[in-house]
Amino acid sequence: MKPKTVDKIATAVIICVAAFIVLLLIGLLGFILVRGLGHISFSFLTSAPESFRAGGGIGPQLFNSLFLLVLTMIITVPIGIGAGIYMSEYAKPSKLTDFIRLVVEVLSSFPSIIVGLFGLLMLVNYLGLGFSLLAGALALTVFNLPLMVRITEQGLKSVPREQKEASLALGLTKWKTITSTMLPIALPIIVSGTILAAGRVFGEAAALLFTAGMSSPKLDFSDWNPFSPVSPLNPLRPAETLAVHIWKINSEGLAPDAAEIAAGASAVLVIMVLLFNLLARWLGRFMYRKFTATK
Amino acid sequence: MAQTIPKKTAGNNHFVEEWVGKVYTTLCVLFLVATIIAMVYFVASRGLSTFFKDHVNVFELLGGLKWSPEGSPPSFGAFPFIFGSFSTSLLAALLAAPLSICASIFMIEITPKFGRKFLQPVIELLAGIPSVVYGFIGLSVIVPLFRDIFPGQGLGVAAGALVLSIMILPTMTTVATDALASLPAGLKEGSYALGATRWQTIYRVVIPTTLPALMTGVVLGIARAFGEALAVQMVIGNAPFVPRSLFESASTLTSAITLSMGNTAAGSTHNNALWSLAMILMLMTFVFVFIVRWLEGRSKL
Repeated sequence: MKPKTVDKIATAVIICVAAFIVLLLIGLLGFILVRGLGHISFSFLTSAPESFRAGGGIGPQLFNSLFLLVLTMIITVPIGIGAGIYMSEYAKPSKLTDFIRLVVEVLSSFPSIIVGLFGLLMLVNYLGLGFSLLAGALALTVFNLPLMVRITEQGLKSVPREQKEASLALGLTKWKTITSTMLPIALPIIVSGTILAAGRVFGEAAALLFTAGMSSPKLDFSDWNPFSPVSPLNPLRPAETLAVHIWKINSEGLAPDAAEIAAGASAVLVIMVLLFNLLARWLGRFMYRKFTATK
Repeated sequence: MAQTIPKKTAGNNHFVEEWVGKVYTTLCVLFLVATIIAMVYFVASRGLSTFFKDHVNVFELLGGLKWSPEGSPPSFGAFPFIFGSFSTSLLAALLAAPLSICASIFMIEITPKFGRKFLQPVIELLAGIPSVVYGFIGLSVIVPLFRDIFPGQGLGVAAGALVLSIMILPTMTTVATDALASLPAGLKEGSYALGATRWQTIYRVVIPTTLPALMTGVVLGIARAFGEALAVQMVIGNAPFVPRSLFESASTLTSAITLSMGNTAAGSTHNNALWSLAMILMLMTFVFVFIVRWLEGRSKL
């Protein structure tokens, strides 16, 4: 065969594969939204689930997911940015630095179920937190930290060297240079990366089965005292998140409309992930324009 | 007022600030290191007590075919789970690798502009869809489909591998795309200058040069598939036997842990055996990381 013919065939095959992947995504999203959107209503989003009757909602689960997300990010962001700054600015090439890099790499490839089991052993049992939001948030922190470290490192590395050197040449200390010159420039990358990481937290379930637990107590949404056991804000209560709920009703759903609830909850989850994605893109671009002189 | 502050204090403030910054970031890194040490210690101490305290034979656990921890006498043969994990993740990689390499070639070599604007966000979205949603789709689309076409319940290795292949597609594609994008332009231009067609250039120059990096993506995908828990658990059927066909119910290390860990008492032999499964999972993670490092060392880019 002539090389030109082979070239055309190969190109056609590759284009077909790319089109297939796009169709796959459209099919997946279409399936989830078509199956699920019909079931989403205000009462579905706000009411409590029913165990044996039809018509249950996902209110507490949705709230738990969002609250857990906030808790996790409060813990993850400062530690992740700190460690990222160290890796990018303070770590000198040495055996120790190589070891730390290996640690970050290993941590990022640990299966989330292992992180969950570790949480069960150390946080739930050993530290006595019980199945709780706090244990879940800490497990997710472990799960999310490597990502955060990498994002920060990437952001700081993208700062032009001249800008960093100019700041140092003005007599600013290293820490001042990092916090007031480099971090603002790196911020768009860090922020959009953080939002994407948050999207992952939102959909995570395996690590939460053994830390935040698989049940929610009856919540009283008028009680905002974080120390009261029925308060939604109490970080020491067990909490089933949306993703865990989907898993649970798929494997042991007893409600007659379990399939519809799973479809509706999946649609909510996917819509949230889409929103996180769009927000990350938009905010990243917006901040990039604001902090740099580009149009 | 500012002038009245002695110079020395100002200098000291800077010193303190610098010190605080350094200590803070170091503590953050130490937290990471301490976490991983604690994880390895806790998982290993429980996982090893199956062998040291309960005197289960290591080879029985790794090679035994019968898993009935509550039976009398109990037997702890975890080979069906190990087999299930390897077969699903390798099959998934086999399905996903060609697709992802094609996708990355499409994005970098064929239509860079369209690829970056359209296919890249598609891949990122695929990566963002939570694993339980993939499991739900597998359960409500793939399993009924397989039940109609093939003999059996539809649950099994094939369904698990198919769901996993979609889940690891983004991981592989991202790594492959980065590799192709970082290839020096001179190499390709040289090939074109010799009169080679685009496919000849891709096939003879681009792929061989980026092969270690492409393999890195594949290994990372396998690692992700190996550790994935819930999506697989939903579609694989969870029978602790070595399946005789792709459409027969099977089980993986992760699905066995997911289903049984909550129902066993801490300290019991059954519970410890589950921790041994977790330890195998952890050891495999190390193996994957080292394969990736080895491949990166061989990369010529």
